[in-house]
Amino acid sequence: MKKNKAEIDTFLNLEEQGWTTVIKPKNKLFEVDFKEIWRYRDLISLFIKRNIIVQYKQTILGPAWYVVQPALTVIMYMIVFGGIAGIPTDGVPRPLFYLAGTCMWQYFADCLNKTSNTFVDNAGIFGKVYFPRLVVPISNVLSNLLRFGIQFGFFVLIYIIYVLVGQTTAHLNWYALLFPVLLLLLAGLALGFGIIFSSLTTKYRDLQVLLSFLVQLWMYATPIVYPLSQTGSMKFLGVPVHTFMCLNPVTPLIETFKYGTMSCGAFVGWRWLIYSFIFMLLVLGIGILIFNKVQKSFMDTV
Amino acid sequence: MSTAIEFNHVSKQYRLGLVSTRTLGADLNRWWTMNIRGKEDPYLKIGSVNDRSTKADNDFVWALRDIDFKVEQGDVVGIIGKNGAGKSTLLKLLSKVTGPTTGSIKARGRIGSLLEVGTGFHPEMTGRENIFMNGAILGMTKQEIAAKLDEIIDFSGCERYLDTPVKRYSSGMTVRLGFAVAAFLEPEILVVDEVLAVGDAEFQKKAIGKMRNISEGEGRTVLFVSHNMASIEKLCNHGVMLENGMIKKTGNVHDVVEYYLQDQIKNKNFLREGNGFIRFEDYWLERNVIEIGDNLEVHISIRANEYVDSCMLHINIYSSNGQYVAQSISDDDTTFELKKIESNKEYKIKCLLPYLNVIPGHYLINLWIGTAYEWFDWIKECMRFSVRQEGKFINRLTPYPSDAKIVLQSHWTYE
Repeated sequence: MKKNKAEIDTFLNLEEQGWTTVIKPKNKLFEVDFKEIWRYRDLISLFIKRNIIVQYKQTILGPAWYVVQPALTVIMYMIVFGGIAGIPTDGVPRPLFYLAGTCMWQYFADCLNKTSNTFVDNAGIFGKVYFPRLVVPISNVLSNLLRFGIQFGFFVLIYIIYVLVGQTTAHLNWYALLFPVLLLLLAGLALGFGIIFSSLTTKYRDLQVLLSFLVQLWMYATPIVYPLSQTGSMKFLGVPVHTFMCLNPVTPLIETFKYGTMSCGAFVGWRWLIYSFIFMLLVLGIGILIFNKVQKSFMDTV
Repeated sequence: MSTAIEFNHVSKQYRLGLVSTRTLGADLNRWWTMNIRGKEDPYLKIGSVNDRSTKADNDFVWALRDIDFKVEQGDVVGIIGKNGAGKSTLLKLLSKVTGPTTGSIKARGRIGSLLEVGTGFHPEMTGRENIFMNGAILGMTKQEIAAKLDEIIDFSGCERYLDTPVKRYSSGMTVRLGFAVAAFLEPEILVVDEVLAVGDAEFQKKAIGKMRNISEGEGRTVLFVSHNMASIEKLCNHGVMLENGMIKKTGNVHDVVEYYLQDQIKNKNFLREGNGFIRFEDYWLERNVIEIGDNLEVHISIRANEYVDSCMLHINIYSSNGQYVAQSISDDDTTFELKKIESNKEYKIKCLLPYLNVIPGHYLINLWIGTAYEWFDWIKECMRFSVRQEGKFINRLTPYPSDAKIVLQSHWTYE
């Protein structure tokens, strides 16, 4: 407390003397200048624009790839998991079921992968100019929203077609209103994990390799290609498998999304959603903490 | 005038060599000592002076050590030093790219850095898009850039290519565009590192002119790193010389540049050729700094290994960019004879070059001794001197043309 007061005093002093910038070795743990990030909001919007423009420059299909990718993925899932393995989809038409899961998961995976390369990808710029480094992962998460939006639109389109044709019993329920919250939690988790990985990869490149297949394994630990209800009353070490599955903070989000939009399976319960929320806060907090510590010295280690 | 930047005992430590698995151990050790035992970083104590050529006994090195100086507002400070002296590290600390290990830097006003122009240009995006992108990276808002867009385009001279992706640009055009954006950034403190090396002569002139305007007209503070002493002296009023991460000399830019060049000559292994019948034992100049039109006195002592009947001594003067400026031969003076040189006897010779009317700048001297058929000894760039214009001989205010070599003293009258 006493130390804090002294710090505030010196800060006021600095302001009085007219110093606007003070550069010193950073030792404080939680010292993120959110105001500064806000000042650079134009940069965030430009980065978003750049990410979008650049991704499909000089491609024939352009943004149509956003739809082609999930479409092909869903067809593959239908063959492998639906046809060969015969895993049921809670009474929802297979394309719809897989599409819902893939949309959400792809957004999470894209954000995570892209964010985790923040330092390595941008070493060139970071080595020459200063701007709040958090701007880059934030804009990654936001620019992926466009892709998600298009894929989500594709999902809605297929959904409407199914409903019009009368081929499905799937229907919306009130939990669908949670969608924005779910998306926010998903983005928060991806950002949090992403910046933790990006901070650590500056020193230990092994993590880059680890992450790329970790994300794949993670998908199978999340109910994307199978419904959570499939675990039924299975137990592992005396604890329901259901509980294990929900310990994965992404599971409650995906399950609630599927339940809300298609009324399949059962609602995971508020406590699991709150668990995911707390998990996200924790990961994001730790992430920002590490990221902040690394950004000051990473140029010396990258 | 108030202080714009204050460096307080700033140091920066780097680790050399590969970052291997060993580092995890070192990291844990550091973490243990600092956070658990609450002591100082154990690796800060070790670390040797940064001298690139010597073999160090440990992996830690001080890129900067105890840098302590102030820059007044409106000063244009030139930072000079050999490769690896810490110049770029200093600018990197100032532009917040990396943090200091100890010490602090305080500054008044926005710091804009031109560490390398065109940073953040994306090859797939058009020139116009990249102007906005680059401006935003340097800390401008969209409105600020939009307000200056016309000026930026005009300054860059790339109007025709504005809607073409930057990947189709020539490297010179990329630099032009990058410099144009940065030049209109209008920070209170501008940090510049060797950007003028690229780009054609016309653009370099334009860029130097712009930087002059920034510092003179608008009262901004500029920190400038370059190996080009001519542009340092042209632009800056203060100089800081770094050596092995420490400040060696600060002060008036001419004095610092002079000191730096002299220092370089002192620590140099000269290129030397010849059969060694006669060798230069010693040589020095009476003064290293003269005014245009002053006399230059060269002192040389030679020693022969064998009896030499007759020979010649040459003094060749080169400008700092390698142009051959003048030559003086011992035979030029018919009153002087370099004959019947006995072996193992030292001869002291003085050569007076009166009224040296070369344009202001830095010059190097080569010494040569030999006959028409043999080279006895030849030492390249073994001495140097600077010529300044102080007004006694000539009083010119406009700059000298860059390829001129001599100045003529002239008397103008109405007829």
